[in-house]
Amino acid sequence: MINFEYIRTSSAKAAVDAKTKNKAAQFIAGGTNLVDLMKKGVTAPQRLIDINALPLKEITTDAKGVSIGALVPNSVAAENKLVIEKHPLLSMALNAGASAQLRNMATVGGNIMQRTRCPYFYDITMPCNKRQPQSGCGAMEGYNRMHAIFGASDKCIAVHPSDMCVALAALNATVIVNTTKGEKKIPFADFHRLPGDTPELDNNLAAGELITSVHIPANRFNKNYYLKVRDRLSYAFALVSVAVALEVKDGIIKSASIAMGGVAHKPWRLTEVEKYLIGKSITANVFKEAAEIALTGAKTYQHNAYKIKLGKSAIVEALTKATV
Amino acid sequence: MDNHSLLSETFFADDDRVDGLAKVTGKATFSAEFKPAGLTHAVFVCSTIAKGAIRHLNIYEAKNAPGVIDIIYHLNCPDVPGFKPVDRTTNPNARSFTGLKVFYNNMVVSNGQPIALVVADTYERAVYAASLVKVEYIKENAETDFEKNKFNDKLLKPRPDYVRNQKDAWATAEVKLEEEYTMPIETHNPMEMHATIAVWEGGKLTVYDKSQGPKNVQGELSRLFAIDEKNVQVITEYVGGAFGSGLRSWPHVHAAVIAAKKLNRPVKVTLNREQMFTMVGYRPQCWQKIGIGASKDGKLNGIAHHAVSNTSAYEDFTEGISSVSQYLYDCPNVFTTYKILPLDVNTPTWMRGPGPASGCFALESALDELSYKLNIDPIELRLINNAEVHPQSKLPWTTKFLKECYALGKEKIGWHKRPTTPGTLKEDGMLVGYGMAVGVFGAGRSAATAKGILKNDGSLLLQSAVSDMGPGTSTAMVKIGSEQMGLEENKVRFELGDTDFPTGPTQGGSGSATAVGSAVIAVCDAIKLSLKEMAIETVAAFKNFKPDDIKYENGKLVAANNSASIHFIDLLKEAGKPELQVSKSSSGFAQRDKYATNSFSVHFVKLHVHPVTGVIKLKHMVSAADAGKIISEKTARSQMVGGAVGGIGMAMTEETIIDHRYGRYINSNFVDYHVPVHADVPPMDIVFPNQPDYIISPTGAKGIGEIALVGVAPAILNAVYNATGKRVRDLPVTPDKLL
Ligand SMILES: Cc1cc2nc3c(=O)[nH]c(=O)nc-3n(C[C@H](O)[C@H](O)[C@H](O)COP(=O)(O)OP(=O)(O)OC[C@H]3O[C@@H](n4cnc5c(N)ncnc54)[C@H](O)[C@@H]3O)c2cc1C
Ligand code: SF4
Repeated sequence: MINFEYIRTSSAKAAVDAKTKNKAAQFIAGGTNLVDLMKKGVTAPQRLIDINALPLKEITTDAKGVSIGALVPNSVAAENKLVIEKHPLLSMALNAGASAQLRNMATVGGNIMQRTRCPYFYDITMPCNKRQPQSGCGAMEGYNRMHAIFGASDKCIAVHPSDMCVALAALNATVIVNTTKGEKKIPFADFHRLPGDTPELDNNLAAGELITSVHIPANRFNKNYYLKVRDRLSYAFALVSVAVALEVKDGIIKSASIAMGGVAHKPWRLTEVEKYLIGKSITANVFKEAAEIALTGAKTYQHNAYKIKLGKSAIVEALTKATV
Repeated sequence: MDNHSLLSETFFADDDRVDGLAKVTGKATFSAEFKPAGLTHAVFVCSTIAKGAIRHLNIYEAKNAPGVIDIIYHLNCPDVPGFKPVDRTTNPNARSFTGLKVFYNNMVVSNGQPIALVVADTYERAVYAASLVKVEYIKENAETDFEKNKFNDKLLKPRPDYVRNQKDAWATAEVKLEEEYTMPIETHNPMEMHATIAVWEGGKLTVYDKSQGPKNVQGELSRLFAIDEKNVQVITEYVGGAFGSGLRSWPHVHAAVIAAKKLNRPVKVTLNREQMFTMVGYRPQCWQKIGIGASKDGKLNGIAHHAVSNTSAYEDFTEGISSVSQYLYDCPNVFTTYKILPLDVNTPTWMRGPGPASGCFALESALDELSYKLNIDPIELRLINNAEVHPQSKLPWTTKFLKECYALGKEKIGWHKRPTTPGTLKEDGMLVGYGMAVGVFGAGRSAATAKGILKNDGSLLLQSAVSDMGPGTSTAMVKIGSEQMGLEENKVRFELGDTDFPTGPTQGGSGSATAVGSAVIAVCDAIKLSLKEMAIETVAAFKNFKPDDIKYENGKLVAANNSASIHFIDLLKEAGKPELQVSKSSSGFAQRDKYATNSFSVHFVKLHVHPVTGVIKLKHMVSAADAGKIISEKTARSQMVGGAVGGIGMAMTEETIIDHRYGRYINSNFVDYHVPVHADVPPMDIVFPNQPDYIISPTGAKGIGEIALVGVAPAILNAVYNATGKRVRDLPVTPDKLL
């Protein structure tokens, strides 16, 4: 049997120390992703550091925004009054993820850190540069209906599967991290990486670092919507998703923040669209134009060409739903 | 409309499943849960290429892993007598084994084929050791792509073409169309995964197996291992769904028996979800083409229905996909063909509604398309072409209440709201569509035997060696026994799933209720006769009567002139007998030369399609089924609902995907292979004309399991067209296909 050690830690510092000491150790939170990966043989941590006892389960607010502890279950965050009131977009995105049972177990930190659902990544008999660098990309010329249309490389075309992260990206969140040298803040846009030549790296969290919370700054977005298009109505990953946060006054868009999921190795911010929308009025034509801009530069593969059309439709629909 | 709820249906009285409580409280023991003393755990090593041979299988490291007891593979596997080619010159009746011969030689015929079995003291250790087995292959080019090869020269023709009058008369009709319809592999994914425990004691073999036919498994194991049937006992008391995957015994059953014999210890083999995809069959991928034509007033003139489905390279699996077009409608000219394409994959098998499920998808879609061309309501079109007698044999049906199904379902779904022009009705910003389609399946009655034990405590125990994969066979048999004997249902018990019980049929083709029910009725009749004879013999007041003069009423024997009466409990006591045992058989349906026998269903769907994203939301479904007499209303309804959910999967979500470069399934798990979830399933109404068919069997039943699913997928696709004006002829209809 592949044995592993299991330890429980009760402080963030102890957890960081334990992980820093052992490169083959991994944190375990809800376990909904990690345990599957272990069962499939994708990963084999030598030591599991259980962080569930850490005091990272609070949701707090101050003038600057809302902070959500890394160990807050997805379901708790989704139903939290502060979250619903101040950041309804996040609540919508959380509720669009997985199933009720999974959301009860899944934590905010684990959700950020979850790995791609590329089937080649999960099947250890298949080539996959992310699982095993230099082994080739199974999806590139294989079955790639779920794969990226933006920011992919010739090494990897996987997408980040999270719904929550798409909303956090749109909400300009910050990931708060504990390191051996103290606390570190990583803007959400810089947290996840594009695959480039190192698809084995999903994000910029260094070995040993622990996510302790995410902070969502106060904002003036009064029109929000999270749209997820999937193959079945629950318990399926996004074909594409769109998180829309708009500040609208007197029918004019003052500011906009939009991100897409299911299209790239990280939540995909639509900065060009955001720029375009500022000062525009809410009309179907504006939304159509926004969708065109959004999908400019998309690159598709054998099975995912539909994502361009679907992506445009989803953007129009999300903007429409946000502004009704 | 939207206040329907799955549970609020008040049409039915409360009648729970007799085994429901055991199932939901964990008291039911499923095959993998038996714990014979000394049980060992076995896990397969499976091939990772689709075609070729094993050059070398290195078990050194695995063999030395902790807890490992043995590793069985082709080089050390004991001979299985039944795997040897049969010599028909010496034994003309010998049945040759056609399935995958596990560990028989070094050939690899599909990706995911079991090539070694690691037996260890715990499951986890077996899993780990299996991961250490290293295999070197001699790889050959494999062909797994159905699309690319569906017309290649390897196609086999399992049955002659069918021609009624002119082959292509449809092409000369006033209104006509010709279209192709395709569907992917749909994999068997019952909740309970297959598992087998084999125990050899002396020369006796006991097998705990997830199966739809314990007698069938017993027969096969007896042939394969050359032991007398009476020395093989198969136990399959509870089955957590099977849908056809348990209709035959698969390599894991044989492997468990081989290993238990070799090691002289009980061995359990459990499949994981991935292995369910490569080892227990699936509904084959298929391509169909239909040419159909009618006169302007809607009378069908001709149908040409062609089908190709896949099989494996080592076994021919057929399911007669295009045959439905021969008899579902009254049509003078019919031409059907059916071919199978061998691919380097594992063998398909029957899946709920095999044949008609795929065939009706094409035929019922084509009929819907024709209705728009004709500008005739789809129900009306079907009524115009309703077959009064079986169009092929010209025989009358034993019973046929299809017209009643149209009427009942049409009313419930609110058919009058259906827009006649597609894409024109909106509700809450969503496109609204209504659709319907017909389902059909063969009905009949096979032979069965049951035993009845009437006890002097007033209870009746019934037994038959059948299985209950979920339809509620036990519940129905208890109802029949209770009705026949005039006993409270809680006084009647039905035991099944053990080959030591009298022979019963394999559960499949919607035939359990009629077959086993008829045997139960025969047993009850025989018990009543024995009681009468017993009364004449032992009770003075009955002495001068003949059995015919005595009535059996609610447990009491009553003499003709009411001069004497005695309850069977008292009679058994008086006769000094604690119980009365009777075994009885009922024969198969013997009037096929006089009657056609079918069950019918009509499915209705109301759905929404998002005009921008193409996401479908089912809003309401109604299934009306001409299933004969409804014996147990709650389980009958549950079967219909379950079948409809299977149909939703077929129409909208299920698709097994192969990466043809490796010939390997790449979505063999519940995350990527989408079975419908609750959110996909709308409120559902189930309606039954509930008309008994006493020609087929004394139970009055015709069968439900298959017609519950057959026709559901085309009803959904037809509703999608009605909502959007987009005709999707390639299943499943995922959002990207509606953009
Ligand atoms: C069937 C299925 C369907 C799903 N569908 C969806 C979906 O539709 N949308 C969606 O968004 N998600 C979906 N998910 C994914 C789910 O959201 C993630 O599995 C979950 O969020 C992971 O959280 P966890 O706490 O269980 O993480 P774990 O499994 O415990 O950990 C995952 C990874 O994160 C690391 N980690 C955990 N906490 C921290 C921390 N505080 N700091 C640093 N590293 C940490 C672990 O070391 C591990 O590498 C689905 C999952 C499954 C199994
Ligand atoms: S897309 Fe990325 S994760 Fe998928 S096979 Fe290629 S390298 Fe691996």
